Amino acid sequence: MATTAAGDSRPAVALAGVGRAYGERVALREISFTLARGATVAVFGANGAGKTTLLRILAGLLRPHAGSAHVLGAELPREAYRARGRTGLLGHDPMLYRDLTVRENLRFHARLHRVDQGRADALVAQVGLSARADDPVRTLSRGMTQRAAICRAVLHAPELLLLDEPLANLDPGGAAAVEPLIGRGAGPARVLISHAAERGLAEADHVLGLRGGRQVLWAPAAQVGLADVQGLYA
Amino acid sequence: MRSTVAALIRKDLRLELRSFESVPAMLMFSVSTFVLFHFGLDRGALAGDLAAGVLWVTLLLAAVLGMNRLFVAEHEQGGFDGFLMAPVDRTALFVAKALVLFCYLVAVELVAVPAFVVLLLAPGAGQALPELLAVLVLADAGIAVVGTLIGALGVQTRARDLIVPLIALPLLVPVVIAAAEASAPLFAQAGADPFPGRWLLVLALYDAVFGLLAYAVFDYLLEE
Repeated sequence: MATTAAGDSRPAVALAGVGRAYGERVALREISFTLARGATVAVFGANGAGKTTLLRILAGLLRPHAGSAHVLGAELPREAYRARGRTGLLGHDPMLYRDLTVRENLRFHARLHRVDQGRADALVAQVGLSARADDPVRTLSRGMTQRAAICRAVLHAPELLLLDEPLANLDPGGAAAVEPLIGRGAGPARVLISHAAERGLAEADHVLGLRGGRQVLWAPAAQVGLADVQGLYA
Repeated sequence: MRSTVAALIRKDLRLELRSFESVPAMLMFSVSTFVLFHFGLDRGALAGDLAAGVLWVTLLLAAVLGMNRLFVAEHEQGGFDGFLMAPVDRTALFVAKALVLFCYLVAVELVAVPAFVVLLLAPGAGQALPELLAVLVLADAGIAVVGTLIGALGVQTRARDLIVPLIALPLLVPVVIAAAEASAPLFAQAGADPFPGRWLLVLALYDAVFGLLAYAVFDYLLEE
């Protein structure tokens, strides 16, 4: 199981003027916010606004090109090794090997994270995948693959969850099954990318709005209306 | 690190057993090439330098197929991201992939070398099996080390199928030279000539130098 930093008062995320470019194209510029432990920020923005780039920087998979970024007290990228195994990423890609079964995938990740193998089986049962746990991932529906990917993301009990449209492809039953794992009461701090404004606002403590890679909104969720969020997509 | 390497190897071998994407292709390529040489050279049988050259060039080109696919599952199915986010020594991926490529080469040679003997080798040549095994092991180790390094580099480019052979083949020229020089006396028609052990030393030195080099730089290849 990943080591948890119990009593660590440093914020889950602290960004100051973070920027990132792909060659000549600037994907993110001057992003600054602080997210407390256990809190949730909902990130809104149209396609290409920089949401996925932000998530990958926080996951330690992309280097910030400007500003300073701290995740769980570790400065990125210099101390990225300290945050490894303490963040969980659920992106567009399920990060599961298609020719391995759900159980084999989760047990493989459990070994990488030094998590008890029983945890993988328990999660599979919790999300209602026991009957398909020994089927290759390539044979699963998108919804089932998403459930398996959620199990993979929370397998090591991360302190920070990075969620990109976590309920995509899930039916109401599936959404209810994964709620205790990635929902508001799950425990870890969450960075939640969503295009569902109403649901995103209900889930969040803070709202981050991005447009063209720039931070155009940072406010407590209670002070943000649906119209504000919809304006980000205009 | 040992448990991480073991987990990665188990995963890769399981994927290969399910998909059969690498070893069968490498094997088919080797045997097809031997058949082409059999007819193309228009000779009843090969011996000495020529036999060694045909064997090693064929095995090297077959190995390139394996290098090309070594990191495809990691790249296309999120394996790199999953690995990079785990609290493990990144060098474990290099060690595991090199061992997996080594296993692929051994599996291919278990069939390809006997096929070479049947299709191309002159009667009476190739009597010194233990010495040939030593050459195969040392050459495979060099190919696996360099192939893993170049495979990791190539998979991050759009022209993977072009980049890998373009970089790997020149780097592996010393392996072909040393392996062919060491094998040629073993394929002499009048029975095995004295074994030039110095070429085994060259292979071992190559393995050690490139092993250390790859160990040192692999971490940086995984960075975006």
